[in-house]
Amino acid sequence: MIKFDSVSKRYPGGHEAILNVDFHLEAGEFAFLTGHSGAGKSTLLKLVMLMEKSSAGQVIVNGQNLNRMSLRQLPYFRRNIGVVFQDHQLLFDRSVFDNVALPLLVAGYSNNDASRRVRAALDKVGLLKKENQNPVALSGGEQQRVGIARAVVNKPVLLLADEPTGNLDPDLSAEIMNLFEQFNQVGTSVLIATHDLGLIDTDKHRVLALDNGRMVRDE
Amino acid sequence: MSKKPPAKKTSSGSTKSYTANRSWFQQHQEVAVDSLSRLLAEPGSSFLTWSVIGIALALPLCLILFLQNLQQLNTSVDEAGNISLFMIMDISNERLEASRDEIAAMAEVAQVTAITAEQALQEFQLGSGFGNALEGLDENPLPALLVVTPDMENVPSLPDLALNLESRADVDSAQVDLEWIQRLYSIISLAERMATGLALLLCLGVVLAVGNTVRLAIENRRDEIVVVKLVGGTDAYVSRPFLYTGIWYGVGGGMIAALLSMLAFFLLSGPFGNLMLLYGSDFSLSGLSISDVSAMLVVAGFLGLAGAWLSVLRHLKQIKPT
Repeated sequence: MIKFDSVSKRYPGGHEAILNVDFHLEAGEFAFLTGHSGAGKSTLLKLVMLMEKSSAGQVIVNGQNLNRMSLRQLPYFRRNIGVVFQDHQLLFDRSVFDNVALPLLVAGYSNNDASRRVRAALDKVGLLKKENQNPVALSGGEQQRVGIARAVVNKPVLLLADEPTGNLDPDLSAEIMNLFEQFNQVGTSVLIATHDLGLIDTDKHRVLALDNGRMVRDE
Repeated sequence: MSKKPPAKKTSSGSTKSYTANRSWFQQHQEVAVDSLSRLLAEPGSSFLTWSVIGIALALPLCLILFLQNLQQLNTSVDEAGNISLFMIMDISNERLEASRDEIAAMAEVAQVTAITAEQALQEFQLGSGFGNALEGLDENPLPALLVVTPDMENVPSLPDLALNLESRADVDSAQVDLEWIQRLYSIISLAERMATGLALLLCLGVVLAVGNTVRLAIENRRDEIVVVKLVGGTDAYVSRPFLYTGIWYGVGGGMIAALLSMLAFFLLSGPFGNLMLLYGSDFSLSGLSISDVSAMLVVAGFLGLAGAWLSVLRHLKQIKPT
C-alpha cells in the first residue's frame, strides 16, 4: 500500500525532515508512526498524500509512483486516501452532515447516494443525531469523530491520521483508536502518526519510529 | 429470467472506480445557484461591487449608444441635404430656367426646382404673415431661387459642390442648410475613437475590479479550498464557484449599467428632441432595445468571468497543497 524506497525530504532552507527512509506497509496493515515532535512524522504523511514531494527516492502509494504523478491525476489519487488531522480541519460554515459529505460532493456523487453514505459514516462514529449541528457546537472528541467520518465516508483504501488524539483525554483517545481498528478490520490500511506511546498496544500492531528524520525502529 | 442486481462497489482492492452520478450540468447549476446566493447573502457589499461595475460599464454604453443614434441622422440628411442657390436679383425667368436645366444636367445633381422671385414672394406672403407689409413695397425684395437636390452617391462633399455652384455668375450665394451635420460627422468619428478607447479602458477596469473582489472571496474561503483539495477536489471543482461569482458580478453590474443608461436616455431624450427641432429635424433618440440589453449582459458576464479567471489563475495556485 505504501512503499518508501530511500526517501529523503529537504525543505527549502536546507532542513532535512526525512533522511533515507525505507519501509513497506502492506495492504490491510495497521501501523503506528512514532517519534518526538519534529522527528518527521507529519512530513512522512504529507509525502504519502503528496502534499509534499520527496527530494530523493521513490514513494509508491496504492500502486502509483508519486514522483511521476501529474497534477491532473493528483485529485483522483487523493480520493483513495482518507486523512484525519490533529486540528480536524472542519469547516464551520456548514453542518456536520455537509462537512462529512464534502468528499462525496467533490467526487460527484448523487445526493441520494451521498446522504446514505454520510449517514452510515456518522452512525459509525456515533454522531448520527448531531448531523444538523454546526461542528463548532461539538466537543473536541466529537469534532475529531466528524473528521474521521469525513475521512472514511468515501471508503478509502488507505487511512492516514496525524496525531488524531493529540488534544483528547485517554478515554476518548482509546475510543478513537478503537474506531481506527474497526476500519482496519474491514480491509482499510491504516497509518497513524502519534507521539503518545501510552496509547500504543505494541504487541498488537507494527510500530515505525522516526528520529530526526531517520527510521530507527520497525517492528 | 430475473435481472441481475447492479454490482456493488467494494471498499477493497486498489483500483476503485468513482462514478460521477451527478451530471455535469447539475453540478454547474448547483454551483451557479450557490455562488449567487452567497452574493445575495451579503447584499451590501455585493451591491457596492455591482454598482462599481455598473457605473464603469454605463459610461461607454451611453456614449456608444448616443453616437450610434447620431449616426442614424445620416438617413434623414440624405433627404434633407439640399443646396439653396439664391440667384442674382432681376434675373429673367428664361435665364433662370436655362440655369436650372444646366445644373440639372450635372452628374452630382439629382434634381433642381426653380422658384421665381414672384413665386417666392407669394409663398412668403402666405406663410409669414407679413403679407400686408410686403404689399407696401415698390418692388419684390426676394431673389429667385434654385433648390438643388444632390445625388448623394456622386457627391463626395456637399460644401465643395455648393462652392462650385456659387462660383456661377448668376448665383449670388449658395447655402447648405445642413452643413452643421457634416461637421457633426467629423466630431462623431473623433468621439467614436475616444469612446472606443474609453470603453476598452473601462472594460479592463471591470476585469480588474472583479478580479480583486474574487481574490478576496478566495482569501475568505481559503480553509475550504485547502480541505476540498485534500479530499480530492480537482482544480476545476475548486475554481468553479469563483468563476461563477465573477459571472454574477459581471451580469449584476451589467443590469445596473442598463438601468443607468435607460435613466440617462429618459432624461436626455426631451432636451435632445428640442435641440433637433431647432435644426428642423424630427429625429429622436432611440434607447436600449431588449437585444441591446441582453448583448450587454453577455458581454458583462464575460468580463466578470475573465476577471475571476485571472484571479483564480493567480491566487488559487498559491494555496497549498497543490
